[in-house]
Amino acid sequence: MMKPINELIKELADLHGRERRSLLPILQGVVDQEKYLSEYSMLEIAKELDIPATEVYGTVTFYSFLEYKKMGRYIIRVCKTITCSMKGEKQILLAIEDMLKIKIGETTQDGMFSLLQTNCLGLCHKAPAMLINHDVFTDLTPEKVREILTEYIHKQEEVGYVN
Amino acid sequence: MGKKLKITINGEPLEIEKGVSILDAAKDAGIIIPTLCYHKDLCVAGNCRVCVVELVGQKRLSAACATPCEDGMEILTNSLKVRNSRKHIIELLLSEHNAECTSCYKNGNCELQSLASEYKIMNQDFIHLVPYHNYTIDMFSPSIIKDDSKCIRCQRCVRTCAELQGVNALTMSYKGEHAKITTFFEKAMNDVVCTNCGQCINHCPTGALVERNYIEEVWNAIGDKNRYVVVQTAPAVRIGLGEELGFDPGTRVTGKMVAALKRLGFDAVMDTDFTADLTIMEEGTELLTRLKRAIVDKDPDARLPMATSCSPGWIKFIEHMYPEYLGNLSTCKSPQQMFGALVKTYYAKARKLDPEKIVSVSVMPCTAKKFEANRPEMHDSGYRDVDYVLTTRELAIMIKQAGIDFMRLEDAHFDRIMGESTGAGVIFGATGGVMEAALRTAYELVTGREVPFENLNIAPVRGMEGVKEATIKIDNPLKEWSFLDGVELKCAVAHGLVNAKQVMDAIKYGRADYHFIEFMACPGGCLGGGGQPIPTNPEIRARRAAAIYAEDAGMPLRKSHQNPEVVKIYKDYLEQPLGERSHKLLHTKYTPRKHR
Amino acid sequence: MSTSYLLKRADFIFKNENDWEEVLGKSIIRPPQELINELISSELKGRGGAGFPTGLKWKVSAENKSEVKYVICNADEGEPGTFKDREILSKVPFKVLTAIAICGYVIGAKEGYIYLRGEYFFLQPELNKAISEFEYYCKEINFDFKIKIFMGSGAYICGEETALFESMEGKRGEPRNKPPYPTSFGYLGKPTVINNVETLAHTYTIFKYGAKRFYDLGVQYSRGTKLFSVSGDTPKPGIYELELGMSLADFVEEFGDDDTKAVQVGGASGFLVPRKRFGETNIGFQGKLVGISLPTGGSMMLFNSSRSMYNVLDNYLNFFAEESCGQCTPCRVGCQQLLRGIKAVKRGEKKAQYLDKMMQLAETMQFTAKCGLGQSVANSFSSIVENFREEMIY
Repeated sequence: MMKPINELIKELADLHGRERRSLLPILQGVVDQEKYLSEYSMLEIAKELDIPATEVYGTVTFYSFLEYKKMGRYIIRVCKTITCSMKGEKQILLAIEDMLKIKIGETTQDGMFSLLQTNCLGLCHKAPAMLINHDVFTDLTPEKVREILTEYIHKQEEVGYVN
Repeated sequence: MGKKLKITINGEPLEIEKGVSILDAAKDAGIIIPTLCYHKDLCVAGNCRVCVVELVGQKRLSAACATPCEDGMEILTNSLKVRNSRKHIIELLLSEHNAECTSCYKNGNCELQSLASEYKIMNQDFIHLVPYHNYTIDMFSPSIIKDDSKCIRCQRCVRTCAELQGVNALTMSYKGEHAKITTFFEKAMNDVVCTNCGQCINHCPTGALVERNYIEEVWNAIGDKNRYVVVQTAPAVRIGLGEELGFDPGTRVTGKMVAALKRLGFDAVMDTDFTADLTIMEEGTELLTRLKRAIVDKDPDARLPMATSCSPGWIKFIEHMYPEYLGNLSTCKSPQQMFGALVKTYYAKARKLDPEKIVSVSVMPCTAKKFEANRPEMHDSGYRDVDYVLTTRELAIMIKQAGIDFMRLEDAHFDRIMGESTGAGVIFGATGGVMEAALRTAYELVTGREVPFENLNIAPVRGMEGVKEATIKIDNPLKEWSFLDGVELKCAVAHGLVNAKQVMDAIKYGRADYHFIEFMACPGGCLGGGGQPIPTNPEIRARRAAAIYAEDAGMPLRKSHQNPEVVKIYKDYLEQPLGERSHKLLHTKYTPRKHR
Repeated sequence: MSTSYLLKRADFIFKNENDWEEVLGKSIIRPPQELINELISSELKGRGGAGFPTGLKWKVSAENKSEVKYVICNADEGEPGTFKDREILSKVPFKVLTAIAICGYVIGAKEGYIYLRGEYFFLQPELNKAISEFEYYCKEINFDFKIKIFMGSGAYICGEETALFESMEGKRGEPRNKPPYPTSFGYLGKPTVINNVETLAHTYTIFKYGAKRFYDLGVQYSRGTKLFSVSGDTPKPGIYELELGMSLADFVEEFGDDDTKAVQVGGASGFLVPRKRFGETNIGFQGKLVGISLPTGGSMMLFNSSRSMYNVLDNYLNFFAEESCGQCTPCRVGCQQLLRGIKAVKRGEKKAQYLDKMMQLAETMQFTAKCGLGQSVANSFSSIVENFREEMIY
């Protein structure tokens, strides 16, 4: 059972502090649980830190990993920078789009996966590469990607994940 | 007094203090370096890169506004490299700008347009980028229009709303090619904490932020033979209007303004200063009544300090930020709204007019007044009390459209029976003015003597300091006010919402013990309002203030209670301050709002 | 004709002799000025790409009279094709922690941070463990120094030092005006030494072996060794520690093949060198030897004949248009203009001469942009357009 957001925010503020410089770790903490920052989350954080809501919004929208639109449980980020692009990034994307039936920027109906692109992950010698949430996957092929995603799906079924 | 640095600008040697920026040093030397994101009222940003200059020996150019001079610097402000770079910067800005100049409200008063003209940007080789962004225009607010397609991301509005006003309704969002200036979650301006003060409009160099104008509506009303159009003018308009029509800042054009309004075709030209005097009667009485209830009756509902309520930007601010203190506000309406309510009742009756046919227009230095006129409760006359609000800028446009040679006009006088005013009414336009006017009347009411200040000029509440304080001791009051004997009346004056915030926080955290506070949303008070001529800066506002006090000093009557039309309205219509009719027409209530 | 400088490999960074406790202990009893002089005589320059003399940076910060100072390790490795810092932090983290602490000792800082890019979140657990162990040892030897990790959230621009400070302060990562410089006004407005991960790892080597060992490697102006992240069309992708000053021809000899068409030196903000110029290009910090000298963060991406240089440039410009902070005009708008410009020329919507106008624009960006990102776009833009003009048009 996930913690209610306002409780989570209070806990994060207790841990990181209530200064302006505590903002980023708190935002990251909320994203870790919720996968994105809703209007409500941002207003609560603004209240907790006593900073204007617009400042929270302006800061959130700056960082690529701080999503502000509803996201799936697992966010897939496929690297699109030059080396990964050269080594087959497009094929990887096609494989994912094919399998999950979503395009870049979309989330699966069951709320499990979201597909995004990202810039250089620092795994260029093992390109193409991607992240699923914080986990790293390299030396990708369409085959391998299908395997990886299948494992995620199975894991969820085992745990009895309910959307 | 520090060590002087020796630099050269374009070969000319110059000695300047340490810490001076290249921009300021150049100005001292008579060289104007063009800028866009730089503004005297705000902290340095250094992001537009228009002010770049060359430093001999360095490959990269430096931003003049953000670079302090160093000993031995050799600065070139007009080398080939500088000019070519600057041209590129302007061309880049134009490529992401919706340059529809001929149909733009800021045509003729746009800093980007002026720069493009100065540098003779004749070709636009760069690719036009506007079609690739999904820009929208936000016209939901009754006061401000935000057009993102004209924004050059100088961030002056963001800094203004944050530093000058402490409202923080705007922020820079996203990054890279998508970076733009938005509200919280890109909501409409009237759906967020925006107070409509219009300071962002005053500081915006382009047409990205402009006021909602009602020029066509007013022309239509004037041209409608079946309508009787009444106009009222705020005190700050008469000392600002001249700037739009060829005069120096700080020129008083009261008589010409009235003459121009008559020529425009208004059926009656009257004065908001009249209701300013009226406000003093109502608010002064309210303050004394509250003091009595607090001190004598120990009534917990008599909330002190009492705060003025004539600045609608301030009202929206307190409704969002400190809704628990709404009980501290005076219940008096602003002079604009009092006037509107009386025009369709008292004035209509006196002139035997059908109030349905009256169109009530006001000219204000303010954009928040447009919001105020539209507040749902402003219907006490039985009709919309104020139909249209024009800013000083819009009036200037109408005067030009009518082909009036403003400079050559002969002075004219306001019409009766709501056109008479005293010096106390005029000073409403400056920060500290309401306080001073209130004290001139209240003190005399209580003690029977004039305020103990030379020439009635209460100096402690004048000037541009953000928060001003004044204490007046009540000695030997009249018998009726004996409970005030020995009381030190503690007053404060705050202008600019960031200072209002400071005072409110002091009250909230128990660090203040004022009795009466004047709050103005705009820096300098109404004379620096969101509807006043652009540009604005500290010097211009100081000159406008001097004009207001000069106007006050030159008036035959200088205390609100001496205004003969005010005496008349109480005798013929309102009976007494805070009486039943006053309560119905001249007092109002407030709405707590969400804090975002 | 290059001076045929054979690639000299070294193994200072990754060789782990588990002697960090000793190196730390020995360093913090030496006078700070001595350690500074050691760095200065080593002529170590920043390994993140900017190449600022490290000794000088530490010296200026040490001289500042402020009570509060900070040391920050810049682990926001985001330059395309660079992955050496990740490797350093996972393989030899204690070297970095030790270097941070020694820096703190030298300049008078009690706190150190590692700004770790969000994409490297998976390094956190091990790194935190190492920090725990490190802080424990510091307490044992009565050395007051704390290190914390600060996580980034996906913004390349936060690798720029002042943008990094803004990010750590909870704001948008928009670079500040310079001056003032970090050594006097850095994190929270205090004097800060901010160094790249690899730079700190090299200071460890210098403090362990002495400046001469480092100085004797490399060439004039480019002393010592550097980690190179090699990727792309190469049979040997990976991380290699090599002496600076090598010629690109020798590099390709080892890591490329006959089909190597071009090498991107220094990532998207670096230079693309075509085959015909391999011989006259050297990898180092300042003009010496013959031909061009290219400073670099060490990213080396190789392209074979199948690669379209237009696609390469398009990829870089997309990258910059997205990752720019958006603050200043030349970068925010310039990147968009360059990106759309090359598309327009390729599609025949604009004449080929438009490329020249864009070369001029790129130059203006170099002179007027507020930070290194905007200033460096011209590097890849002009090197690619100059050397592969036909590919931009046809």
